[in-house]
Amino acid sequence: MEKGKGVMGSRKWAVEFFDNSSTPSTRDIPDPPGFTRVSHEQDDSTLSRQKKDAEANWKSQKAWEVAQAPFKNLLMMGFMMWMAGSTVHLFSIGITFSALWQPLSALQGVGKVFEPYKDSKVDLLAPKLVYIALNLGGMLLGVWKLNTLGLLPTHASDWVSSLPPAHEVEYSGGGIALY
Amino acid sequence: MAMAIKLSLILLFFLSSSFALYEDQVGFMDWHQRYIGKVKHAVFHTQKAGRKRVVVSTEENVIASLDLRRGEIFWRHVLGANDVVDQVDIALGKYVITLSSEGSILRAWNLPDGQMVWESFLSGSKSSKALLTVPANLKVDLDSPIFVYGGGYLHAISSIDGEYLWKKDFATEGNIDVHQLILPGGSDVVHAVGVTDSSQFDTYEVDVKNGGLLKHTTASFPGGIYGEVLPVSGGRFVVLDASRSVLVLITIENGQTHLEQTHVSDLIHGSSGNTVILPSKLSGIFSLRTDSCIVFIKVTNEGKLKVMEKVDKTVVVSDALPLSEGEQAFALVEHGDGKIELSVRLVHDMSSNHLKETVKMDHERGFVHKIFINNYVRTDRSHGFRALIVMEDHSLLLLQQGEIVWTRDDGLASVIDVTTSELPVEKIGVSVAKVEHSLFEWLKGHMLKLKGTLMLATPDEVAAIQQIRLQSSEKSKMTRDHNGFRRLLILLTRAGKLYALHTGDGRVVWSTLLQSLRTTSQQKCAGLKLHQWQVPHHHALDKNPSVLVVGRCGLSLTSPSALSIVDAYTGKELQSTSPAQHSTVQVIPLPYRDSTEQQLHLLIDADKHAHLYPTTPEAADIFQRESENVYWYSVELDAGILRGYGVKKTHPSNTVDDYCFETRNLWSVVFPSESEKIIATVARKQNEVVHTQAKVIADEDVMYKYISKNMLFVATVSPKANGPIGSATPDESVLVVYLVDTVTGRILHRMTHLGSQGPVHAVLSENWVVYHYFNLRAHRYEMSVIEIYDQSRAENKDVLKLIVGKHNLTTPVSSYSRPEVTTKSQSYFFTHSVKAISVSSTAKGITSKHLLIGTIGDQVLALDKRFVDPRRSLNPTQAEKEEGLLPLTDALPIIPQSYVTHALKVEGLRGIETIPAKLESTSLVFAYGIDLFYTRIAPSKTYDSLTEDFNYALLLLTIVALVVAIFVTWVLSERKDLQDKWR
Repeated sequence: MEKGKGVMGSRKWAVEFFDNSSTPSTRDIPDPPGFTRVSHEQDDSTLSRQKKDAEANWKSQKAWEVAQAPFKNLLMMGFMMWMAGSTVHLFSIGITFSALWQPLSALQGVGKVFEPYKDSKVDLLAPKLVYIALNLGGMLLGVWKLNTLGLLPTHASDWVSSLPPAHEVEYSGGGIALY
Repeated sequence: MAMAIKLSLILLFFLSSSFALYEDQVGFMDWHQRYIGKVKHAVFHTQKAGRKRVVVSTEENVIASLDLRRGEIFWRHVLGANDVVDQVDIALGKYVITLSSEGSILRAWNLPDGQMVWESFLSGSKSSKALLTVPANLKVDLDSPIFVYGGGYLHAISSIDGEYLWKKDFATEGNIDVHQLILPGGSDVVHAVGVTDSSQFDTYEVDVKNGGLLKHTTASFPGGIYGEVLPVSGGRFVVLDASRSVLVLITIENGQTHLEQTHVSDLIHGSSGNTVILPSKLSGIFSLRTDSCIVFIKVTNEGKLKVMEKVDKTVVVSDALPLSEGEQAFALVEHGDGKIELSVRLVHDMSSNHLKETVKMDHERGFVHKIFINNYVRTDRSHGFRALIVMEDHSLLLLQQGEIVWTRDDGLASVIDVTTSELPVEKIGVSVAKVEHSLFEWLKGHMLKLKGTLMLATPDEVAAIQQIRLQSSEKSKMTRDHNGFRRLLILLTRAGKLYALHTGDGRVVWSTLLQSLRTTSQQKCAGLKLHQWQVPHHHALDKNPSVLVVGRCGLSLTSPSALSIVDAYTGKELQSTSPAQHSTVQVIPLPYRDSTEQQLHLLIDADKHAHLYPTTPEAADIFQRESENVYWYSVELDAGILRGYGVKKTHPSNTVDDYCFETRNLWSVVFPSESEKIIATVARKQNEVVHTQAKVIADEDVMYKYISKNMLFVATVSPKANGPIGSATPDESVLVVYLVDTVTGRILHRMTHLGSQGPVHAVLSENWVVYHYFNLRAHRYEMSVIEIYDQSRAENKDVLKLIVGKHNLTTPVSSYSRPEVTTKSQSYFFTHSVKAISVSSTAKGITSKHLLIGTIGDQVLALDKRFVDPRRSLNPTQAEKEEGLLPLTDALPIIPQSYVTHALKVEGLRGIETIPAKLESTSLVFAYGIDLFYTRIAPSKTYDSLTEDFNYALLLLTIVALVVAIFVTWVLSERKDLQDKWR
């Protein structure tokens, strides 16, 4: 800091972001008494490893928690669907579409959800798969609900009801003689 | 159980609310016109001050009192179809007396309000002429008797209460046929003048007090007589002999009868046969019509005949009208070009016209058929005359002082057939001022409506709102509208006149008396059928739509037909063939059109040859190409046979007509004449549109409808049960119904109703038929439904196959493939007897259907088709309930709100026609009889449009308010954000 002051006369102050504290050879000012210069890498490596392991554990645990979170959702959705009944009305339609939309949006953001728990030491594949599976389950539930509401074209009636009557080859007319 | 009742109540409420009409909606989209028919008799009632009226009876069996000033109906009664009115008169100055049913029913109606005062049934022993005489000033024991001859009896009836005073049996006096009842003024004797065995002339004098026979004179006339005996003056009668060439003058003097013969040719030189004595009663004079002219002949006091005047034979003569003592007048009407000449003459002074007036007359009204005159005393004490004339088109006109005071188009009381036509497309380019004006009007109207909605309107404004709604200029425009509500109803009447009525307000847009259907003295012509001939939609757009009118000139089936094609916009007869080369017993519109969008028609003549119309080479080409698949069938009611025919490509050997084709008999269905007699046949409407072939039932299951245009419903009863209800016991009467394929003659379904009988009214639509009959065992009317389903398609239920299109559902079907069918049917009690049944029809056939039932009370009832669904069961499952299936009930409900005619009656209802509007939800309904009624119905509510009284102003106001609110809140939130930031 003092250095900065000296170099540029026109400036009032400047901040030197380069931390050269670990390179004592370059500096001409002695360290203050009681200050021992130690490198982070060398210093208590065992302690930091423990800390890192704990963090990884915590991350993996959290990842699993996140992965299992849709399950609760699933149960709640199921309950709400049961409550909504099987007739088509505003409530049941809303629930069904939210049941379809939630897993879909969750699947789209699957990378983002597990972003905080990304770690070289944490295996996120399994929780991700579980998460995806549960969301797919939710979606299936939604589709099943859609079907029970009769909104999926899975019956013959859905395919034939718009078919016009077949053309008749013969034509006949007549009746009682006019008088 | 309580739950079920509640549910059905809710359902009923839901259903009923779907047809109900509010009081202020009446007249909004419906109109009703009241008619009376062609007038037969007219009696004026103008003596007293107050409302002047004329009492008329018509050929539609209507008795009506009309306002003489405007021609409006004061009151009207429609007697039954079999209760033909014979005579009308006024008694005691306050009762209208009518004699009907061949002189067997005598009724008195109160003149001011038309209430029936009394009714007497007169028994008779034989059918005879019905005569009514109401003496003006005859008093017998404080009573004024009415003399009625009917059924071989002469009755004297009290005019006060209809009690029998006495009766005299003429049937015992030999086989006499009474022609006239005469009451010489001031005497107490009724003269009954008649003819026995058409060779003996009899006069009976009967005492008015007790019916005792006072005197009987007779004179035989070996030559035989023709027509009626006409009284000329006291004790003198004329009649024609059987050869119609000799006039017989009958004189009764001092109990002696003298006959005097005069050859018609001596009086009128060069006259041939066909002589008729006209029934006009002119004292001292009678009129004679020959082939060439009408001659007035005076009978002098010495008993000599003297020709007074010869006039043209189209002249119409009225009865004589007594003016003052010894003075009588009568009216003559002569035809000119576009005008008629009315002249009134005094009987005693034939030489000059007392009055001569020329009245301009529309060509389309044809000739004058009848004239009735009445006089009034002008301020200068001279006599003025008014004349009621009945025209060829059955219209009724009142002439006074050389002007037509009013007109009634009573030809519309006898509509034979109905079709519709679209209106012209609106011309583009409307003036800005008009748009501004209409916009202003529109806004004003909606502001008023808004006020009404918010209950801020004053009573005056409420009335103004109603006025705006009823007289919307929009609905009576002469252009096509987007929804297809504005159309022309084209009506063919019995008089051979074609009318076009606007559906918006029911006014007559044009009317044409068809020249090809005019009855002449040689032949009687009548219209039979009306068909759409040309409907330009894609091609030939410069042409106007046109209709084909098929008629017949003559009375038998083999009489030549008369055809004409009429422009639907202007009413001009474009083409007319009268008489055509062939007869017509069937008209079959074919489903083919030529390049100018003329519909091909086959006319079948009495020799079973098919005549193709239009007679163009192009039409012949189209027909030759398709003729293999064209069939026709005939129903022979008398023989009890259905016959099916195919059309050959060859022309009959004895004609050179390129448009005449031979037909060959392919099949016959013979009903055993000892057990079955055909009473009704119904086919599907040719222009009906069906949306889908599948019926989705509970649990997403599918049934395939058997939809064939070639299906015929036939109902037969045992011959004993053919009479009226009660003529056969339940054991003797059997009703059998058939569904027949008219291409192959295959009987698709047969069902027997034991103990039931006709009359059967039925309607066939899509894959179902609903019919109405009488159940003798239950003593109630019943309605049954048959639905027919195609089993050969029932396997098409695999979703995957349907998705990839591997199915046979769209391949053309032939009746020769004999598809397997199954039927479902159910019967219900129905309270009313029925005059007509029809079904609503919509543009695409998606909307659910309503049955339209013309009840015996001349109203039209809309019944949801869901009530006549053979799948109804007592306890429908949850899925069936969701499908909308109603629980089964034994009777069909009649919901008062579902009368489409609401409070009105369509008197003498004969038919109900439904026309699809362009808007899928809506069907136009036209009911006709003596009255006409039009409305539109929406069987599933108007789901595809906002209702007419939708408040656009309120919507606009709401939107504006919301936009303002958005801006205000936006500004407020901005301000708050700023304040937050400064904090």
